[in-house]
Amino acid sequence: MSVTEFSPNVEDGSCVLRFTGNLTILRVRKLSEQLKEIEADEIVVDLSGVERMDTVGAWLVHKLERDRGAKIVGATREQQLLIEHVTAADQPVKLKREYVSPFVRVVGQVGASTQNILSTMVGMLGFFGALIISTGHIFRHPRRFRLNAVVAQFEVVGVHALFIVGLMCFLVGIVIAQQGAVQLRQFGAEVYTINLVGRSAIKELGVLMTAIMVAGRSGSAFAAQLGSMKLNEEIDAMRTIGVSPMEALVFPRVLATVLMMPLLGFYAAVMAMVGGGIFCWLSLDIPPVTFIQRIQEVVPMTDLYQALIKAPVFGMIIAMAGCYQGMQVKGNAEEVGQRTTTAVVQGIFLVVVLDAFFAVFFTEIGWL
Amino acid sequence: MADSSAPIVEVHGLRNSFGDQIVHDGLDFEVRRGEIFGVVGGSGTGKSVLMRSIIGLQHPNEGEITVFGESMIGRDEEEAKHVRRRWGVLFQGGALFSTLTVAENIQVPIREFYPGIDQELQDEIAAYKISMAGLAVDAGAKYPSELSGGMRKRAGIARALALDPELLFLDEPTAGLDPIGAAAFDQLILELRDALGLTVFLITHDLDTLYAICDRIAVLADHKVVAVGTIEELLALDHEWIQAYFNGPRGRRAAPSETEGALA
Repeated sequence: MSVTEFSPNVEDGSCVLRFTGNLTILRVRKLSEQLKEIEADEIVVDLSGVERMDTVGAWLVHKLERDRGAKIVGATREQQLLIEHVTAADQPVKLKREYVSPFVRVVGQVGASTQNILSTMVGMLGFFGALIISTGHIFRHPRRFRLNAVVAQFEVVGVHALFIVGLMCFLVGIVIAQQGAVQLRQFGAEVYTINLVGRSAIKELGVLMTAIMVAGRSGSAFAAQLGSMKLNEEIDAMRTIGVSPMEALVFPRVLATVLMMPLLGFYAAVMAMVGGGIFCWLSLDIPPVTFIQRIQEVVPMTDLYQALIKAPVFGMIIAMAGCYQGMQVKGNAEEVGQRTTTAVVQGIFLVVVLDAFFAVFFTEIGWL
Repeated sequence: MADSSAPIVEVHGLRNSFGDQIVHDGLDFEVRRGEIFGVVGGSGTGKSVLMRSIIGLQHPNEGEITVFGESMIGRDEEEAKHVRRRWGVLFQGGALFSTLTVAENIQVPIREFYPGIDQELQDEIAAYKISMAGLAVDAGAKYPSELSGGMRKRAGIARALALDPELLFLDEPTAGLDPIGAAAFDQLILELRDALGLTVFLITHDLDTLYAICDRIAVLADHKVVAVGTIEELLALDHEWIQAYFNGPRGRRAAPSETEGALA
């Protein structure tokens, strides 16, 4: 393939540009720079030597004609047609979004996120209300209760999480026992490691670690599932058929999470105690029997009640944040990702905030 | 230009199957330079799979595919790139990158293959491609989600044309467009073919498109191409599906009046 060449000659007082070879996108970068350097009032473009011209070449020729008043000679019929096409397509097209100064943009972002927070709060409240209404509907029409969907979610939210939640809490139990033992040894109070492990595992760790894991596993999955269903217009299709997405999609997920959270939380607490117990046995020479006996003595039942009260509430928050964010998706695939992240962050944040409230509340009522 | 009589696309003995389901078996055809080549066939006869095989998105079980005289089977990505920039593809839904504006979508192939071109010229190129594809003047700054289905297709064709390809693959370009938009789209393809010397490989169900712009039509049935030819040639064949397709109530309505005689 021959490279585009052009030779400027001055003939009859005008600058003649004779192009040869291929006038295509391949050579256009160099060519466009070279053309800018030409200083002449009258330009004649001679295309008789051009073998192949594409629209980019035609565009360059058109620009010479438009901006410099160049005359075009020697074009074949096809080339003429191509230039006419490009000329016709030369419209003032808007390509960029309007420029916004950085200051205005930052102020705008602060405003937008404030608005976003407020509207999310209102939206979540509305969503909670809608969920209660659908729950009411389902109570009044028990046939609308989708047992299969709920059971399927049991499996995904609960059973499939067993391994990872168990392993994580087992390891956390070991870490708590080990770190606690190092500190308590200084007072010769190593035996209190059992109190530390037992109470923290049942009261806080089990439920909190489970909540974080469920938010990461299931909250995100809910947001992504509902989000892509929303994009796919599946949710609109459901509404049109007369199936309420609240009843068919959101309710089973929330119910499954609410019911699975206490079970998983209790299991997590047990696994943490197992981890701590094994550490105590191997490292502090406290036999398992003694460990279990001490646990019974030092952990009050109220600790377990606290955990079992908190767990379903956390499950509700996580599932609602996931489903709410999923239902908010509109537009494109990128938003599914954003909403999924938001669902997890929001879920964990709300869980931790509520956990603090619960701690204060339970202390006030004397469940120390 | 190299040998101008050589076919642009050649497919021989193509076989595609998904599990037990055979889509193509011993499929042959060729597309000549400068023609608008239509592909028709019932749903599920593998029109899209055929296109995906040619453009290298689907590895056929058997068969030989050559594009611009170069074999496309078993080519590595780097070698295929040189062929890839000589064709443009319009997918059914437009397949625009949803996080980029229309103008940025058009500039993606330009940046990929010709990174040296300055932004100003890239913008100019995007601008005339946008108006060439018949998009509104403010469409360049919009995101695909802000466009209607028809506009998305036009933006998709603008992106497919970004590198001035010699060969254009169109998968149901007029599906989902209103009749006026579809007719304008047909006209656009015809004009682009004449102006740019394109070869067009077109999958369609639109009988109007077939009558208005296709030079030759391949009919897909029974896992192979059962017939190739102009509409008149196809009508002369005694094939059940072809007769039902072109002589059905919709086929008759789409036929322009001068071919009415041939139909009778």
